[in-house]
Amino acid sequence: MAVFGSGSSRSFGGRGPSFGFRFFCYAVVSVVLMFYDRRGGWLDTARYGLQATVYPLQLAVNSPSAAWRWLKESFTTRETLQAEVDSLRLQLRDQQLIAMRQAALESENATLRGLSSALPEVIEKRLIGEVISKETSTLRQRLIINRGASSGVFKAQPVITGEGVIGQVFRLGPFSSEIILITDAEHALPVRVLRSGVPTIAVGTGRSTALELPFVPSNYDVKVGDLLVTSGLDKVFPYGLPVARVTKIEKDPAQSLAQITAVPLARIEAEREVLFIWSRANHPAAPATPAALAVEAPAK
Amino acid sequence: MNLARREPRWAVTFTVLLGLILQVLPLPEWLSVVRPPFIVLAVIYWGIYAPHAGGIFAPWLAGLGLDVFKGDVLGQNALAVALVAYIAMSLHQRLRNQTLIQQSLFVFVVMSLNELVVWAIEGWSGHPGTTPWRWIQPMIGAMVWPFVSMLLSRTHVRI
Repeated sequence: MAVFGSGSSRSFGGRGPSFGFRFFCYAVVSVVLMFYDRRGGWLDTARYGLQATVYPLQLAVNSPSAAWRWLKESFTTRETLQAEVDSLRLQLRDQQLIAMRQAALESENATLRGLSSALPEVIEKRLIGEVISKETSTLRQRLIINRGASSGVFKAQPVITGEGVIGQVFRLGPFSSEIILITDAEHALPVRVLRSGVPTIAVGTGRSTALELPFVPSNYDVKVGDLLVTSGLDKVFPYGLPVARVTKIEKDPAQSLAQITAVPLARIEAEREVLFIWSRANHPAAPATPAALAVEAPAK
Repeated sequence: MNLARREPRWAVTFTVLLGLILQVLPLPEWLSVVRPPFIVLAVIYWGIYAPHAGGIFAPWLAGLGLDVFKGDVLGQNALAVALVAYIAMSLHQRLRNQTLIQQSLFVFVVMSLNELVVWAIEGWSGHPGTTPWRWIQPMIGAMVWPFVSMLLSRTHVRI
């Protein structure tokens, strides 16, 4: 090992600096990059550009599995398709029934609130994005979606599926974006138990089928089967989007906090399409603004 | 004589790019655990047999690509892969005369070093858990090295 950067690399005279010196330069550049990447700032712009550069490669990498899916889809039999159409028709009928009651409930709600007319929907605009690639490991639960800043997507934008919340935009490229899933071990989402109104935080576990609620005292009213919805306190998600269903509660008399596990409603492993949503500003269910969250100073 | 001119630049670019694609190809988790680190293998090979074609820049760039792809801290894989390239290049004359099995041992050692660097940086940059499975990677790399080496040797004429 004594020959690093010495004799062997200099044997071709006049070939420029030695390997050792060049490696040193690249190492310094790498460390500087790492340092500023952690700090954020101007490297975000660089990353934005890099994300655009690797996007074609991402598409290429994804093409085998996309081609396989396309093949499989084009060779599905008539019976399978018929069955799918039937089940979709049934689903549609169920949804129509729910929607029928919705209009009545909304006007009833408006009367109760003393409003002259029902409030508009909190989700003002939506955009469908396709999943390009997916990483669901214990370290990282991320999706790459084929929509970026050029489609109006912004950083920390809520992303949902038909079933419930799936994540939020973590990194933004011009034509693609990286979504951090709610099950990512570094993600925490303020939620509320819909039945009892208990507010808490759902933390990702690194497994795509489980969320944890580590901060619920044992004596709070949470039951198995309870629906968790977003609380809107995080300035990201509007209030009331379904997130997960409580599946397990362990109460240890020696511990003051209960151990609660929930299953995300969005089928993270199977999802091919997601929805980016824009909330209506100033709507009561819109994500809380800093002003709304601030504690009022006592009047003198 | 100018050795760099006789070194297969296109083969280097192409195979390193292929290594990057193979490395980020989405696979089920159990399969991605046993996926050999293709970039590092390609970089070691070209470090030994064409140390002047890509220099350290090509491996560094490939590592940076891996960082962008996987959403890691920028520069983490770049540094680790550049280190591997540097070691392979520095020892290339000695390694060329070794048998494939001896080279495998070398591959195991450098890959462990590569993994160690990435692991250390991940720890420093504050990533929570890590799987113990990552430490099999050098073993797998060493096992597939003879095949990778034979495959890559078909892309160029060894000097």
